[in-house]
Amino acid sequence: MSNISELLELAKSGDRRSLSRLLTAIAESEKTPTFLPDSIWTLGVTGPPGSGKSTLIGRLAKHWVESGESVAVLALDPTSPISGGSFLADRIRMEGSDLGERVFVRSIASGNNPGGISPRIWPMCHSLALCGWTRIVIETVGTGQSEFRIAALADRLLLVDGPDRGDIIQAEKAGILELVDVIAVNKSDLPGASLAAQGIRTSLNLSEDDHREVLLVSALEGTGIEELASAIESCEPQNDRNQIIMSEMLISEWDSLLISHPEIDQIIEKLCNNSKTIGEAIDSLITSIHNGR
Amino acid sequence: MRVVIAKPGLDGHDRGAKVIARALRDGGHDVIYTGLRKTPSDIVRIVNDEDAEVLGLSTLSGAHDSLIPKICNGLREGELGDVIVFAGGIIPDRDLELLYKSGVRAIFGPGTPTAEVLGFLEEALRRKKENVPIGVGDDLGWHWN
Repeated sequence: MSNISELLELAKSGDRRSLSRLLTAIAESEKTPTFLPDSIWTLGVTGPPGSGKSTLIGRLAKHWVESGESVAVLALDPTSPISGGSFLADRIRMEGSDLGERVFVRSIASGNNPGGISPRIWPMCHSLALCGWTRIVIETVGTGQSEFRIAALADRLLLVDGPDRGDIIQAEKAGILELVDVIAVNKSDLPGASLAAQGIRTSLNLSEDDHREVLLVSALEGTGIEELASAIESCEPQNDRNQIIMSEMLISEWDSLLISHPEIDQIIEKLCNNSKTIGEAIDSLITSIHNGR
Repeated sequence: MRVVIAKPGLDGHDRGAKVIARALRDGGHDVIYTGLRKTPSDIVRIVNDEDAEVLGLSTLSGAHDSLIPKICNGLREGELGDVIVFAGGIIPDRDLELLYKSGVRAIFGPGTPTAEVLGFLEEALRRKKENVPIGVGDDLGWHWN
């Protein structure tokens, strides 16, 4: 922990090497460290694979940097670390315009955590805010239940979808549509995008008081980015979001307590050979966690 | 280990880099691939921001003798001297020594079995754990092959 506070002090003074080490130290820390920034601005970005989340984040980052913000991106990649490369390519394009120092990207493989969510993401965001990063973006892949959980920790949530409506039905199933603040239909340069946007609007209009924006953007061509950025700025963090965040924090801490339990493998083996029931397994896990393991 | 696989310079062929990235991922490493056409300073910044322990550089354009030493210097200047650097691609025998002297610890040419690259990383990890010098900033003559 002392290492973490030392790194935090150096990172706060603007030392990028220390900031990077700090994020690693937080990711590897045994107990989740707590930071309390005075203010924090976070955006979760989720959507089906291939919908253009990374490219769009690249565009938004450029827009923000030009407006004087500094942008940090935590890119979570539960399955394919290779696909993370495409985002870094976007960042390099930004670096070509001398924006590099104001954009920080960290790829995070979240595979070891149940549901793909790491309780360390929160302190990472908090420490980034403490170090002066004014736009913190958490990018997640896919539209399954677990990704929706990751996205829930941000105080604003953007759903990116493509012109193909097939995937967003999955989003609807997972409950993402209920939670997002802004919806961007990307690839507006392709046919079908307007129809897709209209379909989502129709779906939202089923409830009368739903005024969330569905915007057409093209990350490829850079159209609609300003409108999207201003829609993101103007959305007020929902009041019930705090409750969701707290519940997610609790669940993810609990999950990681469970998954790192020293007897977890033996207990699973006992479940496999029927020498324990699920109920008995839970009882013994709770007892041992209660007794300080 | 956290490994950045990077493509410095202007060549647009990254099959080799992707094969290595896949092999390392399958070998249990966290691999971050940068994509094509990165400058030395881009690569140093990515290694820093990703807090990578290892950097693999793939180049087929013939610019390895200018780009790779620049990247190694950039790492040392950026307090990243503990990063382990290896290279691959089309690198003529006459240039191997120059790259080793720059701090590259292994060079893998075409036809290298991916198991050998994993073997190098195992050795790298062992040396790191035992505090035996191996980083690009360490002054030593050791290299894997």
